[in-house]
Amino acid sequence: MKRVVLTAVCLGLAAATAGCGALDGSSGDEEPADIQVYSARHYDVENAFAAFEEETGLKVEFLFGEDADLLKRLEAEGEQSPADVYMTVDAGNLWAAQQAGVLQPVQSKMLDTAVPRGYRDRGDHWFGLALRARTVVYHPENVDPADFDTENTYAGLADTKWQGRLCMRDSTEAYTQSLVAALIETYGREETEQMVQGWLDNDVDIMSNDILLLEAVDAGTCDVALVNHYYLARELEEKPDMAVDIFWASQDGEGVQMNLSGAGVVATTDNEADAQKLLEWLATDGQGSFIGGNHEYPVNADVRPDSIVAGFGRFDPMPIDAAAYGQRNAEALALLEEVGYE
Amino acid sequence: MTQAATAPTRSTVTSPRQRRRLRRPWWRSRWRSSSDRPFWSALALLVAAFVVLPVLAVVVDGLEATGSVRLPSGLAAMALTTLLLMGGVAVGTLVVGGGLAWLVTVTRFPLRDLFSWMLVLPLAMPAYILGFVFLSTFDEAGPVQGWLRDTVGQGLWLPPVRTLPGAVLVLTMTLFPYVYLMARAAFLEQSPSTYDAARTLGAGRGRALRSVVLPLARPSLAAGLALVMMEVLTDFATVQYFGVETVSVGVYKAWKGSYDFAAASQLSVLVLLFAVAVLTGERLLRGRARYTQRGSRGQGLEPVRLHGVRAAVAVVCCLVALGIGFLLPVVRLAGWAIGEARRSPGELVDPRFSGYLANSLTVAVVVALGCVVVALVLGHAGRMATGPLPHVAAQITTFGYAVPGAVVGIGVLLAFAGLDSLVRGVGVEGGTGLLVTGSVAGILYAYLVRFLAPAYQAIDASLTKVSRTTTLSALSLGAGPRRILWRVHLPLARSGVFVAFVLVLVDAIKELPLVLLLRPFGFSTLAVWVYELASENYWEKAALPALVIVAAAVVPVFLLFRHARLVDPHRPPAAGRGRGPA
Repeated sequence: MKRVVLTAVCLGLAAATAGCGALDGSSGDEEPADIQVYSARHYDVENAFAAFEEETGLKVEFLFGEDADLLKRLEAEGEQSPADVYMTVDAGNLWAAQQAGVLQPVQSKMLDTAVPRGYRDRGDHWFGLALRARTVVYHPENVDPADFDTENTYAGLADTKWQGRLCMRDSTEAYTQSLVAALIETYGREETEQMVQGWLDNDVDIMSNDILLLEAVDAGTCDVALVNHYYLARELEEKPDMAVDIFWASQDGEGVQMNLSGAGVVATTDNEADAQKLLEWLATDGQGSFIGGNHEYPVNADVRPDSIVAGFGRFDPMPIDAAAYGQRNAEALALLEEVGYE
Repeated sequence: MTQAATAPTRSTVTSPRQRRRLRRPWWRSRWRSSSDRPFWSALALLVAAFVVLPVLAVVVDGLEATGSVRLPSGLAAMALTTLLLMGGVAVGTLVVGGGLAWLVTVTRFPLRDLFSWMLVLPLAMPAYILGFVFLSTFDEAGPVQGWLRDTVGQGLWLPPVRTLPGAVLVLTMTLFPYVYLMARAAFLEQSPSTYDAARTLGAGRGRALRSVVLPLARPSLAAGLALVMMEVLTDFATVQYFGVETVSVGVYKAWKGSYDFAAASQLSVLVLLFAVAVLTGERLLRGRARYTQRGSRGQGLEPVRLHGVRAAVAVVCCLVALGIGFLLPVVRLAGWAIGEARRSPGELVDPRFSGYLANSLTVAVVVALGCVVVALVLGHAGRMATGPLPHVAAQITTFGYAVPGAVVGIGVLLAFAGLDSLVRGVGVEGGTGLLVTGSVAGILYAYLVRFLAPAYQAIDASLTKVSRTTTLSALSLGAGPRRILWRVHLPLARSGVFVAFVLVLVDAIKELPLVLLLRPFGFSTLAVWVYELASENYWEKAALPALVIVAAAVVPVFLLFRHARLVDPHRPPAAGRGRGPA
């Protein structure tokens, strides 16, 4: 017993010492970076920030977290918050951040020309930086793409010919919620409800991960699925012979449903100038390194997407209304719940 | 008149405690009894207040925002699903966890010593990777079903995986170690004389198990089960993969889908109500009767050696349990890690890796020690004061475990924000500064709030088996409360203390939402790293760090089992350290 207690005490002391070291290391051993970012994106932003640092000499540090968590943290920290920039992945989240009052407007000619009007806040509180499309993928042997409805492909999937052949994401996922919110905004609630009901009547198989959806189509257990385009690009990069093809939805109608990643300058920052510089760089010179790692589409028309994504061909996007995404999200959830979409 | 005269005679046949009550009005006796040792009661209350603070902050914030209660329409269905899931997992973990603990305690078979500690390892698997690993393996498009269809034929019918029973199975096979650990500690603490006496008196094995062993182990089984239930209740990461809509999924949707924190916090209160029901159920399960053992901690039951088919069956049982919850995910992850190593060998080991590992371990050890000490003090306080106050306070501290991790995190943020404005209100320039998110302090506090429950459950279950007379004799012999804590309660509850340490350590190493939310800039752990990759579906890159989390949990589990002699009480735990006769 004595030995055990001794061991425990030694362990504890060692840990406490190390803990104090960690505590120091995290806050005291060097100056905080010039720009501190709260980001719901990670992996790919790391390369972009490194490139920014090299070009400008400004040090960027980022803290990854979930959108809603980071927003709540910003609110709770208030004036004390170390964050200079808030970066997130869903138009609805950007809207929510602006509503919560944690972002400040940025007046920048450079940003205004680089980011098209449709992809930034009307009051310039946030700017879109990368685009993603949610569209149809299919198994080429089991599906003739001519069978898709080209006017409203999403609604077309409610047709009985897709009975037992569909796979989609669950309703906890923001992708599903934004898609339905966008459909409500574009086609009205009633028509959207019919679409979702139609998918359910077709015994849609609901999965909880876009990669699982792609694997199901590849394996032939699903014929058609709705996924974000970059997941396919990423899978193709590793497995070029995957039996999954992409189809741009609703090209004779309202276009493919899109969502955007973006960022804004935090209202309580003490470094507006550098924060703005980072946003400007990400929207112009930094676009390539920012979107490239994740196979997204640039917001800046002067920048080209990477080769795999370019191979998917050109398409017409559905316009993004962030306020609608934000406000309609709750409505979308209610609709999904009402018709019994899990 | 005649009745009054008979009263004293009747009281002579009642217990001494009842007699004391008869002499004094109840309110006085209560007041007196909890002020017997007011220091310990006050301490318990203080701890409870600290733990409840963040939970209260969330509730207040949620009500403040709306002033009204809005509940989602599908609430009844959600509650029903939650109940079904909890019921299924309760039965499953009791059978698997309790059964395996009995098996490895009372029998000997090949590899038993190895299994006896490895069976804890499913706990090391983080929930946020479990769902994907299972579905990518067992779902229709996964390799297992593909292989079955290729060998048996395309028409083969297989049960759907993404269902409530699927979720019950996966949660059972990954959460049973809670029951296993508690039951094992309980069986080991049991003195063989009771069991032997029952057998000598003609009871068969089954009867002895039912009427002697199980009643004595009941507090431990109930404590383990309560932990499992709270895990099920707050789990979002795994159930979401199986399309099972529990109340916690509702919390997640309300907050992250509708940007409605108020609705989310109201739902969290509902989750809390479920937890209250669970804990009440636990008390009922423990029973009103107190089963305690006389004298010292038991030496455990003498195991019986199994041979032939029986031994093989025992090995297969352990293998299946370990296989589903631990070996299979590990093999799958290892496959991905190897694939990633082949593709990009240069990037395999990130330079920041050792720092993350050190952070994970440091925080986990500090928190585990902290929780064990606080839980021990709470349990001790409950036994020092005879009133109900410390018990209620201790029970309240377990609620931290019954609230989804992210909600506890937000609660800590809000509580500190409130403290900050309070300090400013008093006139201190700058307030408390960035106390929570500017240092590791917030993380440590939140961990304590969340993980005090498993620690307390384990230690309290052990302490309840110490008979009250033992404590009272020590007191009457003149030992002070502190001496009793150190010389009586700590040694007697030893296995509970070790179980508590292991549980908190393993839980803390894999803990995600709290660190993610409260960490300062530049502070990261292995769990955060894995999640960063997994949340964007970089599973092959996430595989190696996930395996390291598991490995980081394996070492302490193994060492502590050796030290605590949870491996085999009938053998010296290490060379050269013989024990007295068993």
